[in-house]
Amino acid sequence: MLNYAIRRLLFAIPTLLIISFLIFAILDLAPNDPTGNLPLTIPPEVREKIRMALGLGDPFPIRYLKWLQQFFINEPLNIIEQAFGITIGDSENRLRVQSWATRSPVVDLIIERTPQTLWVVGMSYVVGILIAIPIGVISAYRQYSVFDQVGTFISMIGFSVPTFFTGLLFIVIFSSTLGWLPSIYDTTHEVTDFASFWFQVKQMIMPVMVLALFNASQLSRFMRASMLDNLSQDYVRTARAKGLKEKVVLLVHVLRNSLIPVVTVIALGIPQIFGGAIITEQIFRVNGLGQLLIVGIQGADIPLVQTLTFIFAILIVFFNLVADIVYGMLDPRIRYE
Amino acid sequence: MKKTLLVAALAAGFYNGTAVADRGTDGQLKIIYWQAVSILNPFLSSGTKDIEASSLVVEPLAKYDEKGNMVANLVDEIPTIENGGVSEDLKSITWKLSDGLIWSDGTKVTSADVAFTAAYCMHPEGGCAQISNFTDVESVEEVDESTVKVNFSVAKPFPYGPFVGSQSPIIQKAQFENCMGAKAPECTEQNFGPVGTGPFVATEFKANDVVAYSVNENYRDPAKPAFSSVVLKGGGDAASAARSVLETGEFDYAWNLQVEPEILDQMAQGGKGMVVSAYGTSVERLMVNLTNPDPALGDKRGTIEGGAHPFLSDLAVRQALSLAIDRQTLVDVGYGDAGQVTCNVLPAPDVYASTANDACKQQDMAAAKKLLDDAGWVPGSDGIRAKDGVRISILYQTSTNSVRQATQALIKQWWAELGVETELRNIDGGVFFGGDQSSPDTFQKFFADIEMYTNNFDGTDPEKYMANWHCSDIPSPANQWLGSNMPRYCNAEYDALVAEMGTAAKLEDRAALAKKMNDMLMQDVAMIPLIHRGGVSAHATTLEGVRMNEWDSELWNAADWSRAK
Repeated sequence: MLNYAIRRLLFAIPTLLIISFLIFAILDLAPNDPTGNLPLTIPPEVREKIRMALGLGDPFPIRYLKWLQQFFINEPLNIIEQAFGITIGDSENRLRVQSWATRSPVVDLIIERTPQTLWVVGMSYVVGILIAIPIGVISAYRQYSVFDQVGTFISMIGFSVPTFFTGLLFIVIFSSTLGWLPSIYDTTHEVTDFASFWFQVKQMIMPVMVLALFNASQLSRFMRASMLDNLSQDYVRTARAKGLKEKVVLLVHVLRNSLIPVVTVIALGIPQIFGGAIITEQIFRVNGLGQLLIVGIQGADIPLVQTLTFIFAILIVFFNLVADIVYGMLDPRIRYE
Repeated sequence: MKKTLLVAALAAGFYNGTAVADRGTDGQLKIIYWQAVSILNPFLSSGTKDIEASSLVVEPLAKYDEKGNMVANLVDEIPTIENGGVSEDLKSITWKLSDGLIWSDGTKVTSADVAFTAAYCMHPEGGCAQISNFTDVESVEEVDESTVKVNFSVAKPFPYGPFVGSQSPIIQKAQFENCMGAKAPECTEQNFGPVGTGPFVATEFKANDVVAYSVNENYRDPAKPAFSSVVLKGGGDAASAARSVLETGEFDYAWNLQVEPEILDQMAQGGKGMVVSAYGTSVERLMVNLTNPDPALGDKRGTIEGGAHPFLSDLAVRQALSLAIDRQTLVDVGYGDAGQVTCNVLPAPDVYASTANDACKQQDMAAAKKLLDDAGWVPGSDGIRAKDGVRISILYQTSTNSVRQATQALIKQWWAELGVETELRNIDGGVFFGGDQSSPDTFQKFFADIEMYTNNFDGTDPEKYMANWHCSDIPSPANQWLGSNMPRYCNAEYDALVAEMGTAAKLEDRAALAKKMNDMLMQDVAMIPLIHRGGVSAHATTLEGVRMNEWDSELWNAADWSRAK
């Protein structure tokens, strides 16, 4: 297993280098301009100077190598320095990956944004799983019952209606009409006592539920299908024949085996949490990574977009590996040797 | 020095007893901008939102009020020729700072700060976005501690470019001293929290998300601002920003609401807020390409060398296209309170607005058809007018935006009625307005027959703006397509007027010249103005003191805003 993991990790290096090149090249070739949002009253010569000041005058390979150095050497060094409070080399003049719009280091922006995304999107994932598993289990056990039919109907709606629609619908119902919940996430809010905690809960309910509905619909279908596969297996009949209680058969034998593919799906979905829910974050103005990405794209803030997309790529590669390893641990039949 | 401090302290003490109760008593002001703020240094900003957000903190020497008049801000009076502030030869202007001005950190504002601001922005490696305010500035001298003299290399009839308006505020020398030139973008701490003279100071800044401000305890008027803190939230879209003020009442002020008028009206029915608009100089216009954009011309495409346009070079065709448009319908469909019909490319301020072209306000299809018939453009078998084998078939491009696409569709319909074929095209704004040299789709290359966008000018003086249509400003490969003369209009008579405006000092003369230039462009139909666009914002009914301003930052008088009791 360890050998396998090391081999996979080594193989990830060329993969990631190729990905980084592709991301850099595609974004660089895209017709976009960091001065495009400036008022038209700013003359073209000034725009040209701004572009030069941003480093756009260098040829493509140099900019790519500079970015690689900043991302793989300078940024990790900086993180080590901050973590241990030490200075390595000439840290004052070390160039970090700078955002064009904010003129601040991209990694600092990402670190500032990550907690909100983990809280809101991560919470929605947990809530989604908590809803999906019982629904999947019951739907499969009572296949074609009223519960199954209603569950299927709701998850079809949850799966096919886009979050930008459910989000707006929730806002119109709960904010505009009923006035119960805030429609805009207050990112400066700090939890200090029970009242402020309650406010935090209130402002998280809508974005979390919108995303949880979507996640739960998807996962409950996987859960149901996997349960159905297992329910008709021989070992289930054996278990029943041994005289085990139905509860034990279902929750100990069938559920554990059915979870194997579902766990893989859940693990593969984790990078999406970090990616943030672009649309949902934008609608509720949660200052997460997804919103950072969309602002970067709109403002042609290329270094920000390049760095974010590349971090997502790393996460996807990493969680694919995690999923494979977890799979091996859950299912003794699978061996990586 | 000691004496002035003592006087200031006494004055502060005096005010303590009477008016200070007003400062910071109205709680929090919540503002929403649907474009999130990226930086609080207007010189490095990437859009208007950054300039407006920083206008609460850093201030210019003089501002523009909602009518476009200059008002003294950090000075006692605006220098003019009459009061001796502007030299007779128009080559220098002398500003005298008010007494007792202090920065939010408690230090004194001096002429050194003003001179430093100019040096900071004019540094060749800094990439300062507002450098055009410093055009022709030769030097900025510190005459004494509170007097600063700006010298120009040429006579400047309108010397109010530097240090006037929210684009050209004063920053503190002590704070930005080590951030000159190439170092400018690396000073994150300074760029995220400038020291200023404005009513508020930024206490928390989350880039691309939110800015929190609190009262500047050293603000020069001890009774202001009424609010104790401000939160400026960013992101999302214009419609939901409008909703948060007009429907849910979560915010007090929402900026730049480019939303379909009927949706805005419906939201305002709730009575929680009101929609306000103001008109500056923005005009949505059709630019007419007077050169030939035929791809077969290769490198000469869209340049003077490529030759005249096959049909748009005929004045009758251009006039007919303008006459066939019903501008009022365009306003009703796409703009509502945010637009009014105009026939001028220079619609404001009032002294510059011409009335000579008002005939275009009414659609006149019959006259348009007659013009084309008389000029020999007659409908062919397919209903499209042609002459000598040249069909009037127009490629009409603009940026992607629902209102613009609705406008395109309406105009296409009217032109079809006229017997003109129109192909519509829309291009993402980032590409269309971005100056990417390698992209064929920029508004400067203008590889189409007609293009539509809005332009305006800063401040109230149209000299630079009207110079946009000078022959030398035609975009071409020779100047990397960097030019503002999109129609490729070239007229020696017009160029002479531009030169004359550069030396005219009296307002009446300047107004007469500007009108004449505007009329010349309009009567030659180098462009077809459609709509005089205003800014639209919304504020809560409980928010008082908003004076919506298109000439300066919308938040220009936030110090005077208060909560209705």
